Amino acid sequence: MLLAFFVVPFGLMIAVSFFQRVQGGFYEPIVTTANYARFLSLFFGKILLFSLGLSALVAAICITVGAPFTYLLTRLKRPMQVPWLVALLAVLSLSEVIIGFAWSTLLSRTAGVSNLFVAIGLMDAPVAWTPGFGAVLAGMVYQALPYSVLVLYPSFSRLDPSLAEAAKTLGASPIRAFLTVVLPALRTTLIATFIIVFVFALGAYLLPQLLGRPEHWTLSVLITDQAIYQSNMPFAAAMAVFLVVASLLLVLTTTLLGRRGQPA
Amino acid sequence: MSTALSRLFFALVGLFLAAPLIVIAGVSVNEMRSLTFPPVGFSLAWYGEIFTDPGWRGALTTSVLIALGAATLAVAIALPIAYSLWRRVSAVGRIIQTLGISPFVLPPVITALGALSLWATVGAYGAWYTVVISHAIFFTSLPLVTISLGFSTIDREVTEAARTMGADDRTILTTIVLPMIAPYIVSGFAFAFVLSLNEYIVAYMTVGFTLETVPIKIFNALRYGYTPTMASVSILFVAVAVAVFGTVARFGDLPKLLGAWRAGDEK
Repeated sequence: MLLAFFVVPFGLMIAVSFFQRVQGGFYEPIVTTANYARFLSLFFGKILLFSLGLSALVAAICITVGAPFTYLLTRLKRPMQVPWLVALLAVLSLSEVIIGFAWSTLLSRTAGVSNLFVAIGLMDAPVAWTPGFGAVLAGMVYQALPYSVLVLYPSFSRLDPSLAEAAKTLGASPIRAFLTVVLPALRTTLIATFIIVFVFALGAYLLPQLLGRPEHWTLSVLITDQAIYQSNMPFAAAMAVFLVVASLLLVLTTTLLGRRGQPA
Repeated sequence: MSTALSRLFFALVGLFLAAPLIVIAGVSVNEMRSLTFPPVGFSLAWYGEIFTDPGWRGALTTSVLIALGAATLAVAIALPIAYSLWRRVSAVGRIIQTLGISPFVLPPVITALGALSLWATVGAYGAWYTVVISHAIFFTSLPLVTISLGFSTIDREVTEAARTMGADDRTILTTIVLPMIAPYIVSGFAFAFVLSLNEYIVAYMTVGFTLETVPIKIFNALRYGYTPTMASVSILFVAVAVAVFGTVARFGDLPKLLGAWRAGDEK
C-alpha cells in the first residue's frame, strides 16, 4: 500500500508532464513534449543554473560552519548536547513561512537589526536589507544549518575520540588536529552531507519568494507558481521531473561515494 | 580548540539561530499594530488575538486537527512496518524502508506535486482528508525510524524466554514489545505532529483553497502586510516545537534518537 502511495503519484506526475494543459482545468491526456521543450529554453536554463549555484553556496556555508560546530557539539557531555539538539530540531521544524517572515522582519527597516546598529552608533539610519540576495542566502542557511548539523551528528558522535587525542599527543594543536585528522577521517560523510544539504536547499520554494526579488527565484518557486497560480500542471510536472532526475543523480553519486569509502 | 574560542563559536551560532526569533518575539509584544523593534510598550494582545480572531482560531484548529490525524496515521502505518522489519529482515523490508525515507531525499515541492497529481486524478482534490493522508505518508519515515530504533533496543532473549514459557506472539507483543517501544512510538508521533503542524507546501497544494492551516494563513496574510499576530503565532509555534522536543528529550535519549551511540555501544 505504501509502495502504491509513492510510486503512483510519481508515475502520474511523469505522465502528466507529457500532457497538454487545459485552460481553467487541470490537463487532458494528449501526449506532447512541448512542456520539456519550453523548459529547455534559455530563461529556464538560467534559473536552473541560478538554483544550482545558490544551493551549492548554501551547502558550502552549512558544511563550513556545521562541521566544526557538530564536532564541538559531540565533544560536549550528553546532557549539555540536549538543549542544542532541541533548539536545532525546533528551528528545523519551523515552517518556511515562519522563517521567511522572521528574516524579513529581522532585515527590515522598521524592525530590523539595523535599528540596533543605529542605536549603538554604528550606522546613521536604519536600512532595509530585504529583498535581496543576502537575505535569501541568510534565510536558506538558517533553514539548512540545523539540517546539516543533524545529518553530520551521527558520524561525528561515532568518531573515535582517540584519533584526535593521538594527534594532540604528537604535538598537533587542536585546530590542526581537527583539520588534518578529524576532517579527512570523515571526508566521505562530508561529501555525502554536502549533497544531501544541496538537494534540501534546492527544495526551498518560499524563502527566495519572500526574501528575494524575482531574479532570485529558484526552480522550486517556479514549479509552485506554475502549479498553483498559472494552473499549468503539465509544465510544473515537467520541471518537477527534471528536478527529481537531478536530485536522484546526486543521491546516486552520494551512495556510490559512500560505498567507495567503506572497506569492502 | 581552546575553550574560549569554542564558546565564542557556540555563542555566534546560537545568536544566528536565535536572532530572527528574538526579533519576532519583540515584535509580538508591541502595544501598537505595527512592526517595530525594539518593541514599543508591552502587550500580550496579539497572543490573545490568535484565540479570539475567528480567522486565526480557525487556522489553528485546522492545523492541530490535521497534525493530530496525520501523526496518528503515520504511526499506524509505521508500526506494522517496523514490527515486520524487526521480526524478519528481508530485502523487501529494506526496499520499503528506503521508500519510507525517500520523501526526505526529494525536494518537498516534488512530493507536493505528486500528491496533487494523485488527488486531482482520483477527483478528491481539495477534500480535507487529502492533506491528512499526504502528510501521514510524507512523515511516515519519522515514526518508522524511531520505532525501528525502539525495536532494536529489545533483547531477543527476553522474547525467546517468553516464548519458551508458553507465550504466543500476541501476548509477547502486548506485554513485552509494546510497552518497551511505547516511548519510541510517542517520539515518532511527536516528530510527525510538529512537522505536520509547520508543513506548508503539501498542505497548500492539496487543500490550499478549501482549508487554511496556520502556515497557509501566515503566507496569505503576508501579501496584505505584516501584523503582530503573525509574530505571535510564529512564537507560539516555536514554543510548541521546543516543548515537544524538550519533552521527548526529557523522557527519552534524544542524542540516541538522532543517531548517536553511547560510548561502548556497538552496532
